[in-house]
Amino acid sequence: MSCDCSNTPSNQPAQTPPPSARRGFMLKFGIGLMGIGGAIASIPIIGYAITPALKKYKNSWIDLGGTEDFPEGETRLGKFTNPNASPTDGESAEQAVWVRSYKPAQFQVFAVNCAHLGCPVKWFQQSKLFMCPCHGGVYYEDGSHASGPPPRGLFEYKWKIVDGRLLIDAGRLPGLEQSV
Amino acid sequence: MFRSIKNMVGGLLGWTESRSGVISFVQPILTHRVPRDAKWWYVFGSASLMFFSIQVVTGILLATMYAPSAAEAYSSLQYIDQEVPFGWMLRALHAWSSNAMILMVVIHMSQVFLHASFKFPRELMWMVGVLLLFCTLALAFTGQIMRWDQDAYWGLGIGAAIVDRVPVLGNQMRNVMLGGPYIGGATLSRFFALHVFVLPGLTIALIGAHMALILKNGISEMPKPGMVVDPKTYVEEYEERIKKTGVAFMPDAAQRDMVFCGLMLIIVGFLAWYLGPVGPNGIPNPTIIDANPRPDYAFLWIFTAMALMPPQIETAVLLIAPPIVVLFLLGLPLISNRGERAPSRRPGAVLAYVLIATALGTLTWLGVVSAWSPVMDAWTSLPTPVKYLVGRTPLEMQGALVLQHSQCRNCHSLGGEGGLRGPNLDNVGSRKSWDQLVRQVQQGGGNMPAYGKNLSSAETTAVVAFMTTLRNAGAPESSIPGAMERQSSPDQAPKAVASEAGK
Ligand code: FES
Repeated sequence: MSCDCSNTPSNQPAQTPPPSARRGFMLKFGIGLMGIGGAIASIPIIGYAITPALKKYKNSWIDLGGTEDFPEGETRLGKFTNPNASPTDGESAEQAVWVRSYKPAQFQVFAVNCAHLGCPVKWFQQSKLFMCPCHGGVYYEDGSHASGPPPRGLFEYKWKIVDGRLLIDAGRLPGLEQSV
Repeated sequence: MFRSIKNMVGGLLGWTESRSGVISFVQPILTHRVPRDAKWWYVFGSASLMFFSIQVVTGILLATMYAPSAAEAYSSLQYIDQEVPFGWMLRALHAWSSNAMILMVVIHMSQVFLHASFKFPRELMWMVGVLLLFCTLALAFTGQIMRWDQDAYWGLGIGAAIVDRVPVLGNQMRNVMLGGPYIGGATLSRFFALHVFVLPGLTIALIGAHMALILKNGISEMPKPGMVVDPKTYVEEYEERIKKTGVAFMPDAAQRDMVFCGLMLIIVGFLAWYLGPVGPNGIPNPTIIDANPRPDYAFLWIFTAMALMPPQIETAVLLIAPPIVVLFLLGLPLISNRGERAPSRRPGAVLAYVLIATALGTLTWLGVVSAWSPVMDAWTSLPTPVKYLVGRTPLEMQGALVLQHSQCRNCHSLGGEGGLRGPNLDNVGSRKSWDQLVRQVQQGGGNMPAYGKNLSSAETTAVVAFMTTLRNAGAPESSIPGAMERQSSPDQAPKAVASEAGK
């Protein structure tokens, strides 16, 4: 497609007349048309492929439940549906956070996703530790790093209380570059 | 009668041949000459191809019953396993044949490396082969996602977390990978498209190229010390030798391939029948916190590396090592394309191979054990060995309870059961003195979290009192000075509890 072979004499059988100007034009015209058509066809192809990279996914305030669901002195699992959920997500749209209430109306909301590589950390009330099942990351009750490979403490969500409900600012699977 | 059938078949063949040229196309492929000494070492490539064919056939059939939607994938797999006739067997074959394919590819590649078959003029064959290795691994990884269970979900999470660490563009790349800011339906759909369209298509094309290159260059002879590859003369000499001593691929080499492939197929078929399908393990609901995600065998070594690598260098290694490995593998025949092929004359290459193979094997084995992972349910599921409770004081008994209750055994084993992350506690009383134990419990260190804020001092005293009783039969308490003081005033410990309780 890219070569101009039709003009190379060696490709021509001996008896055929030299290529007419029209024939050279036809080839170029064909390549041009293919190019235009290809460009048009690639708009949706490339557009679709890179949309997730260009789209700004906004965080939103998400209701985790009444503050009475998270009693003082305890760390409990809060659940919500991810704000970006689509009908085909099924149960994978559900998300979890660890909610720690350490003073009246004072919370820490941690991502369950380990700050190392995202495995689900589990809370142990008795030893007051979060443990990660994957590579053995451990965190203290305030989310700070206690041991193992995680490079930092647990990711924390911003939270606020509106009308006695605990809301968190969420919109993306937590990860190292941008936390939550 | 027989004769007329033979005539008919001959006529049919002739008719087809005159219109398609299929026989004159296939015949040279079947009868191309291969070195006489190409014996059992040469069967692994064919076996890889055979298992790939099994994957294509079982994969197409599975695609007719699998629902590639995050909402339904899990239940469709259970339906395949339980309701569809032979469904479970197809899933099992697909899974075990995939493992077998990886194994065959790795052995094939090892042979080619050790025999230096990648040298001139077969550089391109090696490079295409390397791409095929990556296709195989990518098929395995995406196939693991198809199970859409907890392993798949959190495996994607790990992948996403790694991509997230790419500077500047990490977040964008991650969103492209997942199809959005979370793992969900879009994620499964795009991995499905990769697994059933893109990667198999690519693999088939690359296999075609690999085979065409075999026909063009011929397969290499067994290496002999002193028989050096010189690009100037190699092709001529090779053709000369093959003409003299070579044999036809069909049947001389093909018969060996068939014997081996048949045997492998029977073994894998038996494994599939005996072990059954792999997964799905647990509903992929991220609010189920009890998940214990593990990758498939082929990726366990990466899992281990993630656990053991110093955190400071981790991101750098994660982002820099893969391109280096890829470039090195692809570029290998460019670095070294001439000279000796015999392993005995290439001690460096053999050493490198042994080192890499040992490292990968060890990392994989460590991943199977995964000693660094806490055993999340050890504290509720494993009883304290009775022998450790016999003749203990109430304080020590209380300490045993604290030890159990504070999840110590998630990381420490007692009586051979429990986590392997920390040292086992069976004779900790001989290793550490009372004071050392108190310090270890309260301040942690050496990868242990500090329990200072999490245990009351009464609890600490009790658990330490219990641990000092855990000694090898007849051994004295740790003879470090602190321990001796303790021993000389045995009533001190209970006092501490009393004062704490009195508060
Ligand atoms: S993901 Fe938690 S320690 Fe690696």
